[in-house]
Amino acid sequence: MLKIDNLTNEIDGKAILKGLSLSINAGEIHAIMGPNGAGKSTLAYTLGGRPGYDVTGGTAEMDGANLLEMAPHERAAAGLFLGFQYPVEIPGVSNLQFLRESLNSQRRARAEAPLSGGEFIKLAKEKAALLGMDMEMLKRPVNVGFSGGEKKRAEMVQMGILDPKLAILDETDSGLDIDALKIVGAGINTIMRKPDRAVLLITHYQRLLDYVKPDFVHVLADGRITRTGGAELALELEREGYRELAA
Amino acid sequence: MASKNLEAPRNADAHAAVNKTYEWGFSSDIEQDFAPKGLTEDTVRFISAKKNEPEWMLAWRLKAYRHWLTMEMPDWAKLNVEPIDYQDAYYYAEPKAKPKLGSLDEVDPEILRVYEKLGIPIEEQKVLAGVEGARKIAVDAVFDSVSVATTFRKELEEAGVIFRSISEAVREFPELVKKWLGKIVPMHDNFFATLNCAVFSDGTFVYIPEGVRCPMELSTYFRINAENTGQFERTLIIAEKGSYVSYLEGCTAPMRDENQLHAAVVELVALDDAEIKYSTVQNWYPGDENGKGGIYNFVTKRALCQGRNSKVSWTQVETGSAITWKYPSCVLAGENSIGEFYSVAVTNNHQQADTGTKMIHLGKGSRSTIVSKGISAGVSNNTYRGLVRVGATAENVRNFTQCDSLLLGDKCGAHTVPYIEVKNPSAQIEHEATTSKISDDQMFYAMQRGLDQEAAVSLIVNGFAKEVLQQLPMEFAVEAQKLLGISLEGSVG
Repeated sequence: MLKIDNLTNEIDGKAILKGLSLSINAGEIHAIMGPNGAGKSTLAYTLGGRPGYDVTGGTAEMDGANLLEMAPHERAAAGLFLGFQYPVEIPGVSNLQFLRESLNSQRRARAEAPLSGGEFIKLAKEKAALLGMDMEMLKRPVNVGFSGGEKKRAEMVQMGILDPKLAILDETDSGLDIDALKIVGAGINTIMRKPDRAVLLITHYQRLLDYVKPDFVHVLADGRITRTGGAELALELEREGYRELAA
Repeated sequence: MASKNLEAPRNADAHAAVNKTYEWGFSSDIEQDFAPKGLTEDTVRFISAKKNEPEWMLAWRLKAYRHWLTMEMPDWAKLNVEPIDYQDAYYYAEPKAKPKLGSLDEVDPEILRVYEKLGIPIEEQKVLAGVEGARKIAVDAVFDSVSVATTFRKELEEAGVIFRSISEAVREFPELVKKWLGKIVPMHDNFFATLNCAVFSDGTFVYIPEGVRCPMELSTYFRINAENTGQFERTLIIAEKGSYVSYLEGCTAPMRDENQLHAAVVELVALDDAEIKYSTVQNWYPGDENGKGGIYNFVTKRALCQGRNSKVSWTQVETGSAITWKYPSCVLAGENSIGEFYSVAVTNNHQQADTGTKMIHLGKGSRSTIVSKGISAGVSNNTYRGLVRVGATAENVRNFTQCDSLLLGDKCGAHTVPYIEVKNPSAQIEHEATTSKISDDQMFYAMQRGLDQEAAVSLIVNGFAKEVLQQLPMEFAVEAQKLLGISLEGSVG
């Protein structure tokens, strides 16, 4: 589903990704772990197409299409979802309005009929229930006045509603207490653990992986994948620290 | 006296500069009668004669004209206005085929097509076409200088509501007009208001009798079509004791290379326990992206809350015009009267807006709320200018003002100029102001969810303006939301 080959990029003239390669097949959940400053969030933003994250070499394809040639909203319509480490506030725009416009914009791009108001509300209710979120929260402006945990949970509701093929979740576990972590973990499994879906989890800690069991764990250090293993690698990292393993 | 058409230019001449982003910029080939070009006493007499006005009206106009000659154009606003040659414009244009009033069927189909193109909401079209179940809005359509159609007159009359063009009202209800015309905005108020007194051509008159809640929204669509023509409409709304009315106005104009002057006067009066809700969606042609052409929108709007517990609420969405100079105000004379001002002003490219309000508190316990949202893009300048004044005898006055500015790009300007004059120590005045930019974070976040750049800007801007937009009647709110998006197209990226 996602094929990254020898990707390099620069931000303000500074090389961050230095030849990163990674393949993710449909049905797989991958986790990327690594120390601060290794380039984890940069990878997420680069794949999302954020302006300023200029690719200087290598390729990134999703379902055979060149991601790097697509605008951010085109990547979204192609099925790429980015769960933000710091979800952004949009004052005056309710979650429901935001998501309905986003979803219908994606659907139009895929030549699918937009959802009516009624159809959309039904879908939103269903996904909110899945993440234990009150519909009243979705009537409030996007992320405004939400606690850290609520923001992360709202990201997952957004993911449920937009129903992407590939979700890249950047530090989705940060700011969550144990109960919220369980709910979010269960949400990721329900929404994305399917034969035609895939997930890339970006995380510092092993604890989310107790709830979402990865098929592969990668260590990202200094702009490259330095080691790949199964779920047990995450436990090893937790024990040994990155310094030992990154080398 | 010039009583025949010395010149009658056609409107369909090609206009080279076509700016695709202004959808309402078409002009229509409708035969017009014009007053002779320029402004003299004869022009004033010509207009008055065209309207079959009584002698008192003509005398009033002439008095205004003579005073206007002694006045100078104000220059205190933060606006850069090219000198206006008042002799190089037409002050009166009317469609040649005289429409009969009372039914839209009898209006020149070409004019109806114009209104159709303007996108008067579909629901309204249905109502006009007699489709059942659609919500009713009575429409007064003012085309250049003349009101061409007033709908639902009969139904309104059964409720006792008078909804007429001002020209008709001068002839049919002279006592009501005389009682209030120029009482809220005095003839000598300011340069543009005085000019309007001399040459006002048409506009809307509304009278809501005591205790009547107007059974439908009243609406006027203003359209400048003729070339080189100024539009000077005059609106007078009288809400008697315990009455209520919601009135909407919308405006557009063709794209012309030269600047066109629009100098309207709107007077509202609310007596005891009466309420007037006045909403505007102003979309006059703003000029092209290089600042060529566009309407000069120099408007005086004022409400007198004369009665106890009276209330006037101004809501405006200002997206058009090359230059906007307007301060819809409330004189809160009545005890416990309420004034509200909700405004969204958008400027893009070379547009300039200097707009705001005045809340003059004279009555005890009077309250006012001001919410102003300015959005600047391109190389435009957007100024909020507001006055809150509390008279010496006005006890326990309250005012809350909130001015928020949103900047798109780094070449535009947002300015906030609040004036506060308080002569009574019991007053509570609050003022909050913020300035922000659409952040790269917000843009990327919205685009990552699937919105293209323009949809993302439109969504964020609509969110910013929400407090104001939600004050609009629903039909207008939808139109206004779209308009905000369209006005800012191409402003980011």
